[in-house]
Amino acid sequence: MTETVSVKWQNPLIYLLAFSSGFCIMGIELLGGRILAPFFGSSVHIWGSIITVFMLSLSFGYLAGGKLSTKAASLNRYGLIFIFAGIAVLPVAFSSQWIMEAIFLAIEDTRYGSLLASMALFFVPTVILGMISPYSVRLLVTDKDKSGQVAGFLYFVSTLGSALGTIITSFYLVLLFEVNDIIMVFSATLLLLGISAMVFNRLNQQTLNTTQIANQSGTAHE
Amino acid sequence: MNRLFSTLIVGLLLTLIVSLSVSTTVKAKTIHSERSLYRNILVEEKNRLRCLKFNVKSSKTQQSCMLMDDPQRLVFNYTKMLFSSLLINPNPERILIIGLGGGTMSNTLHQIFPDAVITNVEIDPAVIKVARNYFNFFENEKITAVAQDGRIFIKRALIKKQQYDWIILDAFNGDYIPEHLLTKEFLQETQQLLSNNGVLASNTFSVSELYNYESATYKAVFGDFFNVSNNKNSNRIILTSAQALPNSQVIAERATALNKVLLPFNVDIKAIAKQMISTATKQDWPEETPLLTDQYSPANLLNLKN
Repeated sequence: MTETVSVKWQNPLIYLLAFSSGFCIMGIELLGGRILAPFFGSSVHIWGSIITVFMLSLSFGYLAGGKLSTKAASLNRYGLIFIFAGIAVLPVAFSSQWIMEAIFLAIEDTRYGSLLASMALFFVPTVILGMISPYSVRLLVTDKDKSGQVAGFLYFVSTLGSALGTIITSFYLVLLFEVNDIIMVFSATLLLLGISAMVFNRLNQQTLNTTQIANQSGTAHE
Repeated sequence: MNRLFSTLIVGLLLTLIVSLSVSTTVKAKTIHSERSLYRNILVEEKNRLRCLKFNVKSSKTQQSCMLMDDPQRLVFNYTKMLFSSLLINPNPERILIIGLGGGTMSNTLHQIFPDAVITNVEIDPAVIKVARNYFNFFENEKITAVAQDGRIFIKRALIKKQQYDWIILDAFNGDYIPEHLLTKEFLQETQQLLSNNGVLASNTFSVSELYNYESATYKAVFGDFFNVSNNKNSNRIILTSAQALPNSQVIAERATALNKVLLPFNVDIKAIAKQMISTATKQDWPEETPLLTDQYSPANLLNLKN
């Protein structure tokens, strides 16, 4: 009984987290153009650099997340990924100026300058964010026959998050807030979601333990 | 015989009327069109007036035009208003133009100041080509065109410790001025590039809420500036300088001195001098308007609102 209750709430939580990570990834990618512009301009190749780095780091993230999910997969570790992502996003807001300035001084060609700057700012957080999708699949799939359906719904949810993250950031957030404030909200959201996953996991285990104890004592009485 | 004659005459008259009406309502002929990395580029000609257009459908198509029979005669009011800069610095030796267009400004300035070094910065290499091929834009040992983002050029020029006596900001991306060329940080960089008696002229044309943001940002960086505009169109030149703005008497004297030089180019500098209003006497935006910064510069979105 308790197990069905926890599963009932665990899956929606995972979908919510996957949605939010999709939202944050594209929100950050969109702001990337704004962040790089003062040092590398608004030439076409700036978007080339940003999109390349995001695709590259997501691909590595998928690989790493899949690998990580083979060993002792748990909601606890899943939450930790979010916490690391939330922390890794922070340098985008706090250290971007000196990083970009150093790269601007070292590399004259804005193509390679913007590529390196995108790497320095976005590679680590996006790799970590990319780990979330395969890890979610691992936590969600219980039945081999339904694995495709589960993966499909997961992609649906996280890509929908990406679409909304793009449009809401570009249409409204940039009009209301400064770039760094938006980045910090993304970071805080990721941290909060990670913590809530870990708290949820702990509560789950407590109820699981008490039922186990109850079951054990039950058998003892028999 | 008589009837034949009259039919002939009527026929001739008809042809004459038709051909006349055709020639007066002659449609602009597209001479060249291409899609570059950044925009659609269109060169049209109508009644011997050749124009460069970006973004065909937009009503705000910023263009550069040239009279084919009199190429040195400037067509647009805003280009003429840019010459108000000379009332602040009558003898610029190093000129920087951000946003090439057809290159007409560069050509004209070279005729007026043959010894001045003119650097044109244009993000789109296709525009530079079109300027060369269709608008007689020419380069020589004094005049160069660099294909680069304006902001990057200015940042690099600062490192090289270059200085300019006259900087003209005339960049346009199809909607408006690119957002990273409107911020406080960018204006500070540009300010550092001005020589001691340097002058900065920015061509702006916002009629929305953005007007206030723009004005507040320029004021925050440069202090009081001149708004140069006539009521006929939405263009306004923001004129700022490294030194304190000259008073109206100095301006009137310089206008008289320059008048003869500029008249052949269709620039009535005396009239333009009267269109200059200092923000010290008339500030036409609310005091508490936020500034545009690298962190907050949704210029295009602000420009949508009215």
